Amino acid sequence: MALGPIFGVLFDGFAYGMLLFLLSVGLSVTLGMMNFINLAHCAFAMLGGYVTVTLTNRFGWPFLATLPLAFCIAALVSVVFERLLYRRLYRAGELDQVLLTIGLAFMSVAVAAYVFGTVQQPVETPSFLRGSFSLLGVSVGAYRLFLIAMGLAIMLLLTLMVEYTRFGAQLRAAVDNQRMARGLGINVEGAFIIAFALGSGLAGLGGALAIEIVGLDHSFALAYLIYVLIVVSVGGLGSIGGSFVAASFLGISDMLGKYYLPELGAFLIYLVMIAILIWRPAGLLGRR
Amino acid sequence: MAFTRTAAADPHRHLHAQAQWQPIELVFWAATLIPFFLFPKYLALASQIAIAALFALSLDLILGYAGIVSLGHAALFGVGAYTAGLLSTLGWGDPLLGLAAGAVAAGLLGYVTSFIIARFRHLALIMITLGLGQLIHEVANKASWLTGGSDGLQGVRIGPLLGRFPFDLYGYTAYAYSLVVLFVVFVFARRLVNSPFGLALRGIRENPVRMPAIGAPSPAHVRKIYTIAAAIAGMAGALLAQTTSTVSLGVLDFQRSADVLVMLILGGAGWLYGGIVGAIIFMVARDQFSGINPQLWYFWIGLLLVCVVMFLPNGVLGCLQLAAPWRSKAS
Repeated sequence: MALGPIFGVLFDGFAYGMLLFLLSVGLSVTLGMMNFINLAHCAFAMLGGYVTVTLTNRFGWPFLATLPLAFCIAALVSVVFERLLYRRLYRAGELDQVLLTIGLAFMSVAVAAYVFGTVQQPVETPSFLRGSFSLLGVSVGAYRLFLIAMGLAIMLLLTLMVEYTRFGAQLRAAVDNQRMARGLGINVEGAFIIAFALGSGLAGLGGALAIEIVGLDHSFALAYLIYVLIVVSVGGLGSIGGSFVAASFLGISDMLGKYYLPELGAFLIYLVMIAILIWRPAGLLGRR
Repeated sequence: MAFTRTAAADPHRHLHAQAQWQPIELVFWAATLIPFFLFPKYLALASQIAIAALFALSLDLILGYAGIVSLGHAALFGVGAYTAGLLSTLGWGDPLLGLAAGAVAAGLLGYVTSFIIARFRHLALIMITLGLGQLIHEVANKASWLTGGSDGLQGVRIGPLLGRFPFDLYGYTAYAYSLVVLFVVFVFARRLVNSPFGLALRGIRENPVRMPAIGAPSPAHVRKIYTIAAAIAGMAGALLAQTTSTVSLGVLDFQRSADVLVMLILGGAGWLYGGIVGAIIFMVARDQFSGINPQLWYFWIGLLLVCVVMFLPNGVLGCLQLAAPWRSKAS
């Protein structure tokens, strides 16, 4: 029995959505906590991608082994920037934050082009992640299945951490009411640094996983920024579940649009985003 | 400051004092004529600078005065450019007609979208302006039967200015035309920001919550200034289309929205001259460094942004504030 091509499209769209989820969840949390608009978020994702490319192609590491390193390096570098630059602008207006971080994004694009050139970077994935197999008559790409598994696992881990750990409780308190959390003696700064590193690390991981699906070149930091911002603003600031819903929705609708209404292009996505923001300025699951 | 007290006592006298033309302003505008005599080779660049300055002035009115951050300002610029270009392909190549049509088309789009803009602030506003900009870009890209898509508009033919002065290769007409439009719009904008309406806009920028509380119709003010700024951006777009005789998708790029923001921030937002000074520095630097890899150019732009935010929060003009008696931003 064949389920028809629609399920294949839905599957691919969901896999793409998981990628967007990994790329954007960190930004959602940091935005929700500190109200800091970090347009350089995708630059950390790009860094993760280049770490993986360099390690596999130049040092011959297996693809899966590079993923933790992509996570760690993106997280470490982001903390350096947070301490040096971002920290000073938490109380500044949104315009200053936008300018600083878009400046960093421009610089990251230029540095990537200078170091790695402007060509698409290839990456060698292990053989069991290549090819596809048939599941209930639907052709399923092994890599996309792996992506969905990763996305779901990380969603589960994040939810468990936020709901059941002490750090998660501090994080929720800081997102809900930063001044009250400070008043109760919660180290909001400290919690923020950890959340920031975690979010950037996840973006780095997402960047590394994205190479196989969307490719990696120097313009990644700006090209995916708009998608990530759409996910964050539609899902609602500081909401992990919101990011998950919005990313899945965006991934699936993007794939559906590409297969069935190619003449509309990206038009539909922007239209849907504007409509949702007009309807709910704080996003689907945002509380503010 | 004594200055502020007088202002509180008599806002009209304060506005009147602000509206006086300073000698240095006259010197500045006289200096804009220098390229005609000293750098005739660079007239094409000079007209590009005047157009960029007009575009930056338009962004200054909404960002510098009313505090509306827009990441999609190129949409209005592009609509003006395409309107002027399309009119000329249909046989109406008169520059002034195209300019007026560009202003009206962009103004209309601005008026319609201003109902959305006036309702939001912060991240939602940034995302909505960004989304609107991308939306218009996508429409122009897909409507290739009208706009030529990514190939650009074909067959743009601009008639002579006032029926007498054709656009020459050296850019005499182009620069004179752009400069006159910039000056006229500047005088209008100067009049506007030194009016009670201009003061109300600054109030919205400084405290968007308090303005409605003291009875000011903030959303109506925002809609008005956004529509005016949109029409000015449309004029800048129309000027670019006419002086270069080309319209491509580049007029709607996100890059253009970002560039104009950089110019304004570099010069100093909230000063009418901020956008103009920023445009001069930005465009001259880009011309001088055009030999280097465009990727590296964006490295320097990025570094510049970081440095401006960290060390020069009010731009170049903010730095000169003490020395300059011709600031138009009320303290």
